[in-house]
Amino acid sequence: MIYEEVPYGSRTRRTLTGAARVLFALQIDGPLVAGLGLIAAFGLIVLYSASGQSTGTVVRTVMRLTLGTVAMLLLARVNPNFLRRSTPWLYAAGVFLLLIVAAFGHTGLGAQRWLNLGLFRFQPSELMKLAVPMTCAWYLYERPLPPSVLSLVALAGLILLPVGLVALEPDLGTAALIAVAGALVIVLAGLRARVMLALLAIAAVCAWFGWSFMHDYQRRRVLTFLNPQTDPLGAGYHIIQSQIAIGSGGVFGKGWMNGSQAQLEFLPERSTDFVFAVVGEEFGLLGLLLLLLLYLFVVARSIYLATQTQDTFARLLAGSIALTFFVYVLINAGMVTGLLPVVGVPLPLVSYGGSSVVTLLAGFGILMALYSRRKLVGS
Amino acid sequence: MPAVRIKDHWREQRMFDRRALVVGALMALATVGLIGRLILLQVVRHEYYSELSQGNRVRTEPIPAARGLMLDRNGEVVAANQPAYQLELVPEEVPNIRDTLARLVALGLLRSDEIDELMRTIASSRSFDSVPIRLRMSDDDVARFAVRRFEFQGIDIKTRQTRWYPNGDLAVHALGYVGAISEQDLKHIDRAAYAGTALIGKLGVESTFEDQLHGKNGFREVLVNAQGRSVERQGAFVPNLRTRAPAAGEDILLSVDLKLQRVAEAALSGHRGAVVALDPANGDVLALVSLPGFDPNLFARGITSAEYGALANDIDRPLFNRVLRGVYPPGSTVKPLLALAALTYHVVDPQAHRYCAGQFHLPGSSFIYREYHNEHHGYVDLDEAVVVSCDVYFYGLADALGIERIAAFMAPFGFGSLTGIDVGGEKSGILPSKEWKEKAFARPADRAWFPGETVSIGIGQGYLSVTPLQLAHYASIVAARGKIWKPRLVTGFRDPRGGAVRRLAPVSDGEVGGIAPTDWERVVRDMVGVTQRGTAAAIGAHAPYTFGGKTGTAQVFTVARTERYNAKNINERLRDHSWFIAFAPADAPRIALAVIEENGGAGASAAAPIARKVLDAYLLGDDGKVKPAPPPAAAAKSAASQT
Repeated sequence: MIYEEVPYGSRTRRTLTGAARVLFALQIDGPLVAGLGLIAAFGLIVLYSASGQSTGTVVRTVMRLTLGTVAMLLLARVNPNFLRRSTPWLYAAGVFLLLIVAAFGHTGLGAQRWLNLGLFRFQPSELMKLAVPMTCAWYLYERPLPPSVLSLVALAGLILLPVGLVALEPDLGTAALIAVAGALVIVLAGLRARVMLALLAIAAVCAWFGWSFMHDYQRRRVLTFLNPQTDPLGAGYHIIQSQIAIGSGGVFGKGWMNGSQAQLEFLPERSTDFVFAVVGEEFGLLGLLLLLLLYLFVVARSIYLATQTQDTFARLLAGSIALTFFVYVLINAGMVTGLLPVVGVPLPLVSYGGSSVVTLLAGFGILMALYSRRKLVGS
Repeated sequence: MPAVRIKDHWREQRMFDRRALVVGALMALATVGLIGRLILLQVVRHEYYSELSQGNRVRTEPIPAARGLMLDRNGEVVAANQPAYQLELVPEEVPNIRDTLARLVALGLLRSDEIDELMRTIASSRSFDSVPIRLRMSDDDVARFAVRRFEFQGIDIKTRQTRWYPNGDLAVHALGYVGAISEQDLKHIDRAAYAGTALIGKLGVESTFEDQLHGKNGFREVLVNAQGRSVERQGAFVPNLRTRAPAAGEDILLSVDLKLQRVAEAALSGHRGAVVALDPANGDVLALVSLPGFDPNLFARGITSAEYGALANDIDRPLFNRVLRGVYPPGSTVKPLLALAALTYHVVDPQAHRYCAGQFHLPGSSFIYREYHNEHHGYVDLDEAVVVSCDVYFYGLADALGIERIAAFMAPFGFGSLTGIDVGGEKSGILPSKEWKEKAFARPADRAWFPGETVSIGIGQGYLSVTPLQLAHYASIVAARGKIWKPRLVTGFRDPRGGAVRRLAPVSDGEVGGIAPTDWERVVRDMVGVTQRGTAAAIGAHAPYTFGGKTGTAQVFTVARTERYNAKNINERLRDHSWFIAFAPADAPRIALAVIEENGGAGASAAAPIARKVLDAYLLGDDGKVKPAPPPAAAAKSAASQT
């Protein structure tokens, strides 16, 4: 099977206006990029306030966004076949880098997750966020779907190897996200409902088994993790303060740069993992709804694009990228509002820091690459 | 042979679409749940979280109110507020705290045994809070630190308001003092009203009038960040914070005349004892002396345990308020009152003479009551018995009156009851009676009243006991010919802002009734006789005014009947207490007083000369002539105009 550009296909035969021509030339999707741009712009406004009016934070974020955009534009032009063929190599390289990190990694904030490459530091686990779903999609590309049990075992191995290495860093949040990205590929590939239920049942049994073997202090730790409010000065402090921030924001918010919880530093991690609470405090329920609406739009558009792609690899990968993005949003919002345990998952495109912005935009670049080469020319 | 599965692209596309739709829908559902959560937080519980957020960011800091001043009757300030210097340390600014403290020890500003305690205090404070490490710095200490300040990063001299008694121990037992708020105090004060205040009135006027003096604290709302550090701005926004200015406490106008107080303290100095002078016309306490005293500034600045121990364990008991709480037998000072009782009840013929041979015994009893110093007065009538203080006469007189009539007659003069002075802590002494004895003793054998016990009361001994204040109060009632005023130290309040003065009316306690004017005058004349030709003639000599008085000698220790009392041979602290009561001028008294010198011996030799000095100071001008009596309002005006 060969993908080919069809510049004069039915869809593009219409006369294109200037802007559309540029988008077409860049092979990017206008609505998707617009949605991402609006989220990033809103994010910069929030970040300026949340960082305590730090221009440096904003400038660094703009630089990361620029870097991410460049990655996105470049990847959008890549031929999906090339992408698919290079997937095993990418995966192997990622696992190799994770092993190096485990051996010599630079320690930051108590966890070994960085590789110092001289000019910049690089987190191989970020690479795996894309490499793992790519690998799963690559594995399933030529196999009949829904996947066989043998395939599932192989996929589980492919997912758990990098997930285990990341979890050992220890970076449980990223490990979970990598696992989710891989698992979503399998689910989209048609994993049977009864298998899913069986897996859930096995997980429940394991949890019960583990619980019964735990010491009291370990159980308390698990309970505190699941319900941080029981430890108001320790683990619960973050979540209590973030609920106060969101709740006190009300419907209309306290106004930009006027959230006392954020500005007076009662809210920890205010510009990183808990930036969602700053939006809630300063822009209120309306601000949060606007932000969620933008995210929903981006995800809906991405899923639409995924359904328009033409082969299994493209579909599964594009679908996983789209849905993983929204899983980030849900986990972060759930954690900040006290619905989920606190795990270190940033709010996509808004939270400050890390290479996650670049990874996210690179993912959308790949998604657009997969979409723009959708026209199948039969051999 | 296993079935070969063929890849069905069309089916897979449809399955993918279905799956994507289902997963997307599940996520949309999760989003709806999330929005529900947001509505719960931001709409339903908005008020609750708003309050929490407000509580987070605003800290209320108290602004202590200035304590009211105290002024004597002439407007002289006796209790003021003064900035005191203290050394304070900000932990986060000090590079090496232990080393810094050690260098302060070397400079003589701290004691080496304080270091560990200070380190603990500093460790428990927030790093940016200023921790006092040395209170009560003298000017010398301040100077010593000031020249080396550059060596002590993070340490500075701070000032705070503290109570200042410019006259030191003068009138301390009237003023009381302020000290650090104790656990005990915390039980009965409103903690909020005392936030930011370290001191509270402990005794005397400072304690009784605490509410007026304390004033009302103000507050200032301060924006704080999560570390509790106060900050100027909240992001780009300066919030509107409330402030309430404190209302200073009211100034208190005292009845005490400091000039008189100084004279009285000087006259009694070197002895233990008390002097109380009252204005018989209104109950004003003109002087209130209890010696030894102590410097109340020690407490106001924070007394050390060593200093407190020294005061508490002093054998002379400087902390003990003898005026209000010292209970002594009144001795012969009660004789004019018993004479008045005898006249009122007509139990003796005042002209009839009795023979005093220095001894008295009840009919049918061999128990001998002796005359003081075994004197022989010969034939004395009632007037003469008061003038020469004849014990034998009054033994018989008391026996003739009987305990019931004595108790009934003395009670209106304040014996056995509180005078009702306007500061707390007063004791009531004992006015014995048959009922009193019934209640006071546990064993039935002790409860009966014996006639011999009445005899002792005739000379102010036995169970009878009084405080110096009660005795002055009694002298004052006699001086006023029966009019009773509650003694008072506080005559009014002054608004600290406008200076408006609110006077308190003197509090009348009625009048002693049923006594003939001629009997009043007779007893007054007898008391004048005491100072002119009687026991106090020596100190009454050459007084440019006539005054009534009565000496008293209160036994501390019972001398065996067969021995002679010899002051030289017994321990100084077992010697008799010396009493003197007086009022002057006799016909229109402006001052009545009681003086006790503990273990001073006979009343005439120790207490009476002190009383004369006080009377002279109050009544005489610089020219040695009697000053005209000031109109009642004049003192008030001068007090108000002084400030």
